[in-house]
Amino acid sequence: MAEPTITLNVTRYRPGQDQAPTTQAYAVPYKQDWVVLDALNHIKDQIDGTLSYRWSCRMGVCGSCGMMVNGTPKLTCAAFLRDYYPREIRVEPLVNFPIIRDLVIDMSDFLDKLKSVKPWIIRKEEKPVAQGEYLQTPAELEAFHQFTQCINCMLCYAACPVYGLEPKFLGPAAIALGYRYNMDSRDQGKEQRAVIGNHDGIWDCTFVGECSVVCPKDVDPAAAIQRSKVDTTKNWFQSILMPWGQR
Amino acid sequence: MTGTRPDPSKLYYRKMPATWWLQKQSYFLFMLRELSSVFIALFLLVYLYQIYQLTQGPEAYVAFTRRLSSPGWIFFNLIALLFAMYHSVTWFQSTAVVLPVRLGERLVPRQIVTALHIGAWMVVSLGVLILFLALKG
Repeated sequence: MAEPTITLNVTRYRPGQDQAPTTQAYAVPYKQDWVVLDALNHIKDQIDGTLSYRWSCRMGVCGSCGMMVNGTPKLTCAAFLRDYYPREIRVEPLVNFPIIRDLVIDMSDFLDKLKSVKPWIIRKEEKPVAQGEYLQTPAELEAFHQFTQCINCMLCYAACPVYGLEPKFLGPAAIALGYRYNMDSRDQGKEQRAVIGNHDGIWDCTFVGECSVVCPKDVDPAAAIQRSKVDTTKNWFQSILMPWGQR
Repeated sequence: MTGTRPDPSKLYYRKMPATWWLQKQSYFLFMLRELSSVFIALFLLVYLYQIYQLTQGPEAYVAFTRRLSSPGWIFFNLIALLFAMYHSVTWFQSTAVVLPVRLGERLVPRQIVTALHIGAWMVVSLGVLILFLALKG
């Protein structure tokens, strides 16, 4: 009996050669334990070596293999063929990003935005190493721990219609990571992350909520953004009503 | 962190179709939620106008309320009510996301926070209804 196969309809775009992306169908062996990334690797190794895509760890840690699978942003290393079989699978590059080639998108915009929120601990004055670590209680860690899980896979940007319509929007992951450091008891750099509170930051978000739905790490960027809105509003009222109470 | 950037002229930019909100149920429900505010605003304008009629004397007020009982206005109110209810439910769902509730060390599940809000909302609504009927009768 012939081995069962499944069809992958994959976006192709060769710069300088194609005017616009096209779709190419590949029949790959259907295996119970294969994910879409396995199928793409099979295509690349056995059928068509010219197909380009990003991947690295194939275990949901590196965040490189995000693509649109049947229109939903997914890590292809975690999207099992068996969840689609016997239907065909459409594999496209993440939407809301320009295409470099085939399934590879240009992430420069995301990297710029990520850098702009300064996702690292900022101290007003660093204490000498000899004085030891900055200590933190489990409760203080709990306040932001969930937001540390982000792997920068950009699925949330592909799921966000606001980012699609308004490319200036800082976006879910960058805000969630900025919020993560703002909530960190060891951090003193909130003022340096003012970009989060700007119009193109949290206030562009209309709370569609899809970023949190597609997040493979349960980071919940939508919650980070809405909570930042509440915090910012509270601080604003506080500064108006009690100008003497400024830190 | 400086890296080589791809040549912008070689990139392919896709445009979001105007029908993006029809492509996914969650996007559609989001648009409904946003649209609900329009109906709530319209209802409030009618309501304000109704209150304004009070200042115009009893005849004007009665004439206006009679006009409101026409099938067209009842249909409008019904639609506005449905949107207002949908808006309220989504509001309480959002509240659970924005305000995490802790009991000691443990985080209360969002569904419970939403359910408690909706329960309180129903109790208050029922109270208002009883008050309305009592005052009317």
